[in-house]
Amino acid sequence: MIAEAVRRSPLAEYVDKFAALSADSRGDLSIREVPFVSQLNLRADPKDAVLIQSFAAVLGFALPTVPNTVASREGRRALWLAPDEWLVVGPEGQQGVIEQELRNGLNGAFSSIVDVSANRTVLELRGAMARDLLTHGVAIDLDERSLGIGRCAQTMLAKAQVILERRDDSAFVLYVRASFAHYVADWLLDALAE
Amino acid sequence: MSRVASGGRIDRTRAIRFSFNGTRYGGYEGDTLASALLANDVRVVANSVTYGRPRGVFSAGIEEPNALVQVGHDTMLRATQVELVDGLEAIGLNGRGRLSSEPDTGRYDKIYAHCEVLVIGGGRAGITAALEAGQTGDRVILVDEQAELGGRLLGAGWNDWLEASLATLRSQPDMRLLTRATAFGHYDQNLVLIAQRLPNGGRLWQVRAKRVVLATGAHERPLIFANNDRPGIMLAGAARTYINRYGVAPGNRAVIFTNNDSTDAVAADLKRAGISVEAIVDVRAGEAVVDTIPSPAGGGGQGGGVRAVVLATLTGSGARREVECDLLCVSGGFNPTLHLFSQAQGRLRYDEGLACFMPDSAPPDVEVVGAAAGDLAGRGQGTIMPYWVVPSDGRDWSTHFVDLERDVTVADVRRALDTGMRSVEHVKRFTTIGTGSDQGKTAGINETAIVATQLGQPVGAVGVTTFRPPYVPVSFGLMAGRNRGDLFDPIRMTAMHPWHVAHGAVFENVGQWKRPWYFPRHDEDIEAAVLRECQAARESVAVMDASTLGKIDIQGPHAVEFLNRMYTNAFDSLKVGSCRYGLMCKVDGMVFDDGVVMHLAPDHWLATTTTGGAAAVLDWMEEWLQTEWTDLRVHLTSVTDHWADVAVVGPRSRDVVGALFPELALDPESFPFMAIRESDTGGIPVRLHRITFSGELAYELWTPRWYGLALWEAVMAAGEPFGITPYGTETMHVLRAEKGYIICGQETDGTVTPQDLGMSWIVSKKKAFIGQRSQRRSDTARPDRKHLVGLLPVDGDQLLPEGAQLVVEPEGAIPMKMVGHVTSSYRSATLGRTFALAMLQSGRERLGAMVYAPLNGHIVGATVTEPIFYDKENVRRDS
Repeated sequence: MIAEAVRRSPLAEYVDKFAALSADSRGDLSIREVPFVSQLNLRADPKDAVLIQSFAAVLGFALPTVPNTVASREGRRALWLAPDEWLVVGPEGQQGVIEQELRNGLNGAFSSIVDVSANRTVLELRGAMARDLLTHGVAIDLDERSLGIGRCAQTMLAKAQVILERRDDSAFVLYVRASFAHYVADWLLDALAE
Repeated sequence: MSRVASGGRIDRTRAIRFSFNGTRYGGYEGDTLASALLANDVRVVANSVTYGRPRGVFSAGIEEPNALVQVGHDTMLRATQVELVDGLEAIGLNGRGRLSSEPDTGRYDKIYAHCEVLVIGGGRAGITAALEAGQTGDRVILVDEQAELGGRLLGAGWNDWLEASLATLRSQPDMRLLTRATAFGHYDQNLVLIAQRLPNGGRLWQVRAKRVVLATGAHERPLIFANNDRPGIMLAGAARTYINRYGVAPGNRAVIFTNNDSTDAVAADLKRAGISVEAIVDVRAGEAVVDTIPSPAGGGGQGGGVRAVVLATLTGSGARREVECDLLCVSGGFNPTLHLFSQAQGRLRYDEGLACFMPDSAPPDVEVVGAAAGDLAGRGQGTIMPYWVVPSDGRDWSTHFVDLERDVTVADVRRALDTGMRSVEHVKRFTTIGTGSDQGKTAGINETAIVATQLGQPVGAVGVTTFRPPYVPVSFGLMAGRNRGDLFDPIRMTAMHPWHVAHGAVFENVGQWKRPWYFPRHDEDIEAAVLRECQAARESVAVMDASTLGKIDIQGPHAVEFLNRMYTNAFDSLKVGSCRYGLMCKVDGMVFDDGVVMHLAPDHWLATTTTGGAAAVLDWMEEWLQTEWTDLRVHLTSVTDHWADVAVVGPRSRDVVGALFPELALDPESFPFMAIRESDTGGIPVRLHRITFSGELAYELWTPRWYGLALWEAVMAAGEPFGITPYGTETMHVLRAEKGYIICGQETDGTVTPQDLGMSWIVSKKKAFIGQRSQRRSDTARPDRKHLVGLLPVDGDQLLPEGAQLVVEPEGAIPMKMVGHVTSSYRSATLGRTFALAMLQSGRERLGAMVYAPLNGHIVGATVTEPIFYDKENVRRDS
């Protein structure tokens, strides 16, 4: 049993601030925390074809091998982090299930699967202003021609490490380490003045 | 008033009031402070830095060396760049600027931008380049330092072309036009930093461009003669700008002094503005201005401006003559503006025909166009006779100013050469030419020419000084951006942080973390609070938030081998479900970090690190795996933020944990010291570890961070019957020091081995580990190294300051021989006295001896003891 009632996401106290901002910006920008997202850090040898195939069968899609890209299907996604490292993301509460499914596919192969669901929280920025807001703190090129839909990057937002995922036309998703979440939220709200 | 009746780009329907040095004046929208001051016949704007000589407006742009003003917090602005706004209050600099003691309330920001083409300079060449680049659909940024694009075309009869071009640019979707934005740094791979001025603040643009087009124009340079610094003497092109762009007549009677064709147009513009041209003095015709005569002092501080010039032939033949004037327009030719080009490692060459330095080989993906590329036709330079310094009467060069902002004269340059200097770099540093806030824009090339002339070398052979960023002064506010206050650096918080705040914790910064330092009750001070917290941990039960510890998940078939190499001790025998303390050294054998290593499952481990060392330890481990031990099949994953960690400490901790986990057997046999158990309480999943950093019976309860606060509150509730007491880092330090447990970075400083710490017991002799070989060096094995010892001050009320140096003979001669230092020092509730840890030379041989800490005005004596003060037999820990 999981005590959902006593869980608290890192940005629980920002719900009202984010809601007010979304109302003020009239659709140009909304920010919300997507709490309790399932996340697993997966390390595996990309040259181990049997293992990679086994993971693909479990996930329903092949782990991306092109750097900084995302593969997904039916609510599960895998972000390329390194040649042998991915962040597997799923809906709330699925981390145990996904982990077990991935483990079942190992058959003794060398791999590591680590539940990091509480390690980072997820922030979703939507709207026409989302990209402009991020350019005040992210050094990499966020333009469509560099960070198009289906791409991700590990970078810094101001002074905090983030994983940045371009989800669809208007959404940027930030995976922020939980202890940095307040800083990132405060930074985003402060950057709005620009 | 010297406003021309019509013309210029000022808006005469929009009057602006401003004050200068406390006097109120009027101007128009579109004016700069400089143009408005000239329109109000204010000729003296500032007094020079060294000699206090009156100085007026010299240029119409960024190169201004004279007209420096203070506006609010900005201590050194160029009046030529200050846009006139209503209510502006400016003060002319009298020598140096004075830093404001008030906080800067301006709003500064940073922004990153990427483009295929960055065009720097919004004059004719830059706009043309942007138009061309814009047709490709590429992202283009056109940046210009002035309030509007157009550069020298503004007010120069190019309005139709300008408006049509700007309309085209504005219609292009991927075209970004930045004004009031000065590119000041051009770095590798075309990273260009741009300072943009905004109302009450600014923005720092960091632009990464595939290609940079430098359309940076050219700066006119002056000719040098005696008393060439008086108000009323200005660059000839600047006089034209004031007339044409600002509708201001910068004088009534003008003399032109030139060596090139550009001044032909100046004479026509002067006449059109109603200024009489008294003489055109052209070195090409054999004549020069040899001196200037000032107007009388007084006149409301406006004295000292040029009243007349003295003319003579270059050969010295014939009579000198004086010509009365209040404006002297000077042109010595043009220098292509190649600061950014040079910063980007572009090479220059001297062109004899144009008498200027030109771009030679350009760095990759950098292109120079327009006047910056040596196309000086637009500036009308035409034929030029290279000419630099007009000879002096009586060999006195002390009023031939080379660098106006720095008050450096030809006399100074000659002095530098007389001392034997030959390089322009040396002359620059000796004289300070080019080191002012204008970075010598009107002085640098003249310095080169003077050195070349004096040494009898070609100008090109002497070369120029290195151009370095920033091209213009950049304020600290701009560099800081929004990294101020709470956003100065990330504040990392644990899941329990809100509880700590609500319960009055005083926080301590540990790296970027905020950790509770102590929890004062009522008006307790830190000393009282810590004594109380320690007592609770020793006698009942206390609780600490240990979530900030670094945590590294380690998986793989070679994990044990990896751990054996990383740590000084061995892990082969550690069973699943158990923990072991581990110590880590660098290759020099010195202690680096420590923590607890947990064996969670076959091939699955987790290592904790110190709070401050988390990132460094992970990097260190990855470095070995990725570069040296590529054969080891081990994966590391940082899980620091995933886990919240509640340390329940004290003889009653078993009661508290038992209340939370009634089904878990907690007796010492079932759940011994260093064992791990998994359970849950109220649905909260918890991993329990019997670990102690206090020497007491203690449990660390780990849960995914989401449950951290709930778990903490559950512990507080369960501990309530036992008076459970929250404690912070200070109490943690006292408790561990009483037990002689080290803190890496406090007892150690990168020069301490495990053996120095008396921790040989943790150094394996059976396996290899990082640092092992260094620990066998004669120096690390010598007996007189500093050892970790305990100290008990003779007066148990005396608290030794941490860092205090220790001596054996307190009455000895100064300098005394220092034999060690205090690393930790506290008041102990348990001991009822003060105690300390220290690193002491041959410390283990001095047990029972006295050492002394000479402090300001008094000496504290202390007895050397073993570094353990409490429960040496570990009875409490293992209970």
